[in-house]
Amino acid sequence: MRRLSAFNVVSLTLGFAFLYVPMLILVIYSFNESKLVTVWAGFSTKWYGELAGNQQFLDAAWVTLRVAFFSSTIATVLGTMAAYALIRSGRFWGRTAFSGMIYAPLVMPEVITGLSLLLLFIAIGLDRGILTLVLAHTTFCMCYVSVVVSSRLITFDQSLEEAARDLGCTAAESFRLVTLPIIAPAVVSGWLLAFTLSLDDLVIASFTSGPSSTTLPIKIFSSVRLGVSPEINALSTIMIGIVAIGVIIASLMTKRSMARRLADEAAADRAELT
Amino acid sequence: MHPARFTFSTRLTFLKGTDLAETKDHQAVFAPWEDPNEAPLIRFRGVTKKFGTFTAIHDVSLDIYRKEFFALLGPSGCGKTTLMRLLAGFETPTEGQIELDGHDIAPVPPNQRAVNMMFQSYALFPHLSVWENIAFGLKREGMAKDKIGDRVTEMLRLTRLEQFGRRKPHQISGGQRQRVALARSLAKAPKLLLLDEPLGALDKKLREETQFELMDIQEKTGTTFVIVTHDQEEAMTVASRVAVMDAGVLKQVATPSQIYENPNSVYVAGFIGDVTILQGRARKDGERYLVDWAEGQPPLVTHSGVEIGPGETCHYAIRPEKVEIHKDRPDDDNVLHGKVIDIGYLGNISTYHVELANGQIIRAQSFNTERSTRQAFTWEDEVWVNWTDRCGILLAG
Repeated sequence: MRRLSAFNVVSLTLGFAFLYVPMLILVIYSFNESKLVTVWAGFSTKWYGELAGNQQFLDAAWVTLRVAFFSSTIATVLGTMAAYALIRSGRFWGRTAFSGMIYAPLVMPEVITGLSLLLLFIAIGLDRGILTLVLAHTTFCMCYVSVVVSSRLITFDQSLEEAARDLGCTAAESFRLVTLPIIAPAVVSGWLLAFTLSLDDLVIASFTSGPSSTTLPIKIFSSVRLGVSPEINALSTIMIGIVAIGVIIASLMTKRSMARRLADEAAADRAELT
Repeated sequence: MHPARFTFSTRLTFLKGTDLAETKDHQAVFAPWEDPNEAPLIRFRGVTKKFGTFTAIHDVSLDIYRKEFFALLGPSGCGKTTLMRLLAGFETPTEGQIELDGHDIAPVPPNQRAVNMMFQSYALFPHLSVWENIAFGLKREGMAKDKIGDRVTEMLRLTRLEQFGRRKPHQISGGQRQRVALARSLAKAPKLLLLDEPLGALDKKLREETQFELMDIQEKTGTTFVIVTHDQEEAMTVASRVAVMDAGVLKQVATPSQIYENPNSVYVAGFIGDVTILQGRARKDGERYLVDWAEGQPPLVTHSGVEIGPGETCHYAIRPEKVEIHKDRPDDDNVLHGKVIDIGYLGNISTYHVELANGQIIRAQSFNTERSTRQAFTWEDEVWVNWTDRCGILLAG
């Protein structure tokens, strides 16, 4: 293995420290005995116990997960459809305007998106709750999905779909059997991106959530204003843990499928030789 | 065009021509287009295709017969690919009709046509194995599982891919991918197979091998093939008939040797093979035509079926391999005097550029039948070129 130079070691250490020291402090203090977040008083897991009994936090977490799941799923379906339409239908009248309008929410200040959605919901008499949250998150997540999926579709060889049609597929079948499996990685990463965005959204959620549908970011933010409690550290540690486990599982799965593919190729080569 | 390429194709055409002539007595020559009782498989009737204001295909009428290997040849943008996509069903004609087996196919969507296509990019499904790629169309058809297995195995054998069934498309070579694409498009046993520049992505040597392989497979399966290509050599090698296209119009539809030896226009004569084209005025001399083409030069003579009125302008085309080169004046028709200004030595043949007194260059080709590094003629040699009174091609207009 190549040895790293001193400069590389320093820059690597500083870079990782910059990224992870705040989180590390948070994790360490979540195991703090003391109620004061800045004073270390010994190791304890009592805040995790208290958190488990804190119905408000658990409710908020459950709301957040449901909203993230539904909004990212709907956003993925709509965003993929929008990307497909924009890339595939060639030059139709107003295409530039449409694609501009799809991407505009990317740069739109969240406060404005939140406010306009709030006004809309009030105007049509929709009570704020889980439904309005899902709608609002779908709206802003959709454009991210469509950006991710359309960048994949641009490089997608259109003759693949024609070949599928030629071999007996209807338009819907060729999308399901050929296009979708090929662009699946982009669709999945679009979904993950949407899920994460929905999970940590605070601004839009605070405009569009109702009393019965407080999300975790809102809950954390409002309780921090009353002072940081070790319970929040514990909660954040759990969230970091969940994300880390998710990332590790995903990378292990990719690695294993790569290994399987290599084994397949080796097997094919052996079969060829015999 | 590189001179090495036309020589290869011209030699092949010669071989083909003699083959046909020799076998004529033993078995019927394959020429359904000459049989008035033969119903065409494909019939284009006045087909026009416009994209907005651009006319890609202009009033094309064309018959293609069963078991033909039909080539659509032309430069890029001449409409040959559009013509093929009309057959596949990816485009619909703006005007006119396309019939397959006597039925108008305009209302039939591509997935229900008894037509399959091999794409230029091969369009192999990257997420499926070679085996699954070939089985794809059969599964869509609802064929029984064991029958699919048999058919795929048959196709793999036909294209010599038995060992590669389990591989993914990215795990095989370009030539193998080309064969997978062919196997996939043949699996459903289509009435008509369309090949869009099927050999374009292969290198020259592999391309030449694959041309003969394609002809072999076409013969074995008895499928009608329509191939789109911009490579005249490829078209001449594989096709029973060639359609030369330019700017959306069919210029000539004929066998490769007819196209080469009897082109019907300056465009076709110039597009296929190498040729010297001279402009002049024709006058009739018994059964032959005399063409006055330059002051101080003798008129050129040729037999021709083309009707040209006295004094009308016309073109006289002569192919270099028909032109002989001599040290002394031969006693024959079409004798011109000039000077060698350029020699292209290709090993098997040499091409001489002979400049006449009026500046016109005539190209002459001769086979190097003697094994010698010394050439019969060299630069600045005074020479005579000539060709017989049947070699010149008279073109109206």
